[in-house]
Amino acid sequence: MWDYTDKVKDHFLKPRNVGELEGANAIGEAGSLNCGDALRLYLKVNENERIVDATFMTFGCASAVASSSALTEIIKGMTLDDAAKLTNDDISDYLGGLPKAKMHCSVMGQSALKKAIANFRGVQILEKPGELVCECFEVTDLEIIDAVKANGLETTEDVTNYLKAGGGCGQCLDRIEEVIESVIAKG
Amino acid sequence: MEIIYTDNNATTKVADEVIEEMLPYFGELYGNPSSMHTFGDQVDKKIKQARLRVADLINADPDEIIFTSCGTESDNAAINAALNAFPDKKHIITSNVEHPAINKLYQHLRETKGYEVTFVPVDKKGCLNLDLLYNSMSDNTAIISLMWANNETGVMFPIEEIAKIANEKGILFHTDAVQAAGKIAIDVKKAGVDMLSLSGHKIHAPKGVGVLYVKKGFKFSPFLIGGHQEKGRRGGTENTVSIIGLGKACELARENLTVMNTKVRELRDYLQSQLLEKIPGSSVNGDLALRLPNTLSIGFDAVEGESILLMLDREGICASSGSACTSGSLEPSHVLMAMEVPFKSAHGSIRFSLSHYNTKEEMDIIITTLVPVIQKLRDMSPFWKDGKMV
Ligand SMILES: Cc1ncc(COP(=O)(O)O)c(C=O)c1O
Ligand code: FES
Repeated sequence: MWDYTDKVKDHFLKPRNVGELEGANAIGEAGSLNCGDALRLYLKVNENERIVDATFMTFGCASAVASSSALTEIIKGMTLDDAAKLTNDDISDYLGGLPKAKMHCSVMGQSALKKAIANFRGVQILEKPGELVCECFEVTDLEIIDAVKANGLETTEDVTNYLKAGGGCGQCLDRIEEVIESVIAKG
Repeated sequence: MEIIYTDNNATTKVADEVIEEMLPYFGELYGNPSSMHTFGDQVDKKIKQARLRVADLINADPDEIIFTSCGTESDNAAINAALNAFPDKKHIITSNVEHPAINKLYQHLRETKGYEVTFVPVDKKGCLNLDLLYNSMSDNTAIISLMWANNETGVMFPIEEIAKIANEKGILFHTDAVQAAGKIAIDVKKAGVDMLSLSGHKIHAPKGVGVLYVKKGFKFSPFLIGGHQEKGRRGGTENTVSIIGLGKACELARENLTVMNTKVRELRDYLQSQLLEKIPGSSVNGDLALRLPNTLSIGFDAVEGESILLMLDREGICASSGSACTSGSLEPSHVLMAMEVPFKSAHGSIRFSLSHYNTKEEMDIIITTLVPVIQKLRDMSPFWKDGKMV
């Protein structure tokens, strides 16, 4: 059960930077109550586009809390341009790795960060562009393609570990398989 | 650290009396009960005694008791025998909240053998929709299999009432009584069931031993084909040690039934009322009255179960959860989903399941530990603010 690194346990039991952030000028949200985990990230960005403070509110399992806590620690002091390059692997590496089935927690962190940056820059990210593949977890083909490319995913199980897609009723698994194959076919 | 064990629907402590009963058979008394010599025969005698003790717990005849390797095998063997007995009938009935030992098996039969399966739904309290159940019974139904009590919520189905109707219609009836045994009185004759499954490790016997009760007169075909053991109904040299332990455990379970329905029930009710009172935004899953005396499934709004469990674990408190992260899937348990427990509390549902070894002091420690744990998680949750859901 405690299949977590000491670093994950530490960030779960003593999460850093919890709470709403007064004077935050960027907010990013990912996940939802129905899906079982959700993260709201608050950033305070200065005039040089540097993140001077970051806090979070998270609902979810131990690795969701730890990933959120790690994320805020990593990005404090970064410029938005550098933060925009952060990957889910950076979050997981910071924690000494996450169990495979929990990789989606680090993806949630990355996704909330992206949205917070867009929020600061006043960019509208299209809410879930692409075609809906997984209804249970509201995941689109574009999101799957991104995750497959970024993380070298090969199986539907990988996709479920990273995005949760396919982990509910399972009726989207064939479609996920097709999306993976299309990415692999294109090299 | 002292362990507070409140996960007895998952498994139970092997009773000291059971260990004592088994020990000689681990060691010097290793004979094979099938042997012709006195050395093996003394083990055979002990197994006969165990069979009698098991039969006594459920008011069966000793000949109606088949020892198996676990509750899962008992369930599989029962369904297998039923389908063999009625090869022309292609319909089976069950509920949508069964243990995987039945649920997955039925899905498998549907996908690979072309059986039509009716998964009768439960309502929000976890109670079976009896109208749908009765209406789904037909001449084509080979077997009805319904759990006596649910492992997650403790909600009990009206087995006697359903068995009566099944009998009238001449449909075989099996019940998975793995969770009911030792917690409520079971009388197979009065209940009128054809087959019934038990598992040792839920009633203070070891893991890896189970029982299938098969009513006299039913032409039972074995699931494990092999030697003549269990009167040809289950091949394989007996797990003598565990069977002897299970016999003792059944004897103890019979003696403890009263304690279970007085002391243990009171502890459960105390834990329940204190948690509901001290933690706003909490709710009990399952019908309050039609419930095993030892089980409490309680959901806490806006927090997630794995986080709760891990924080309890740090204080030595063992419980379990129906949340996604701990069920090994990404959705809350199929039982809570079938009951349409809202996501806001389904993800934060914890199951406490007690035994007669638990004490009032332990309940108090759980209460004083859990209150700040939920508070801490809610302080972190984006869905909780100023004492309520947002
Ligand atoms: C209702 C029910 N049926 C069957 C089983 C399976 O029993 P065993 O673990 O002995 O295979 C369990 C145990 O989890 C159970 O709770
Ligand atoms: S639609 Fe993807 S798991 Fe249900």
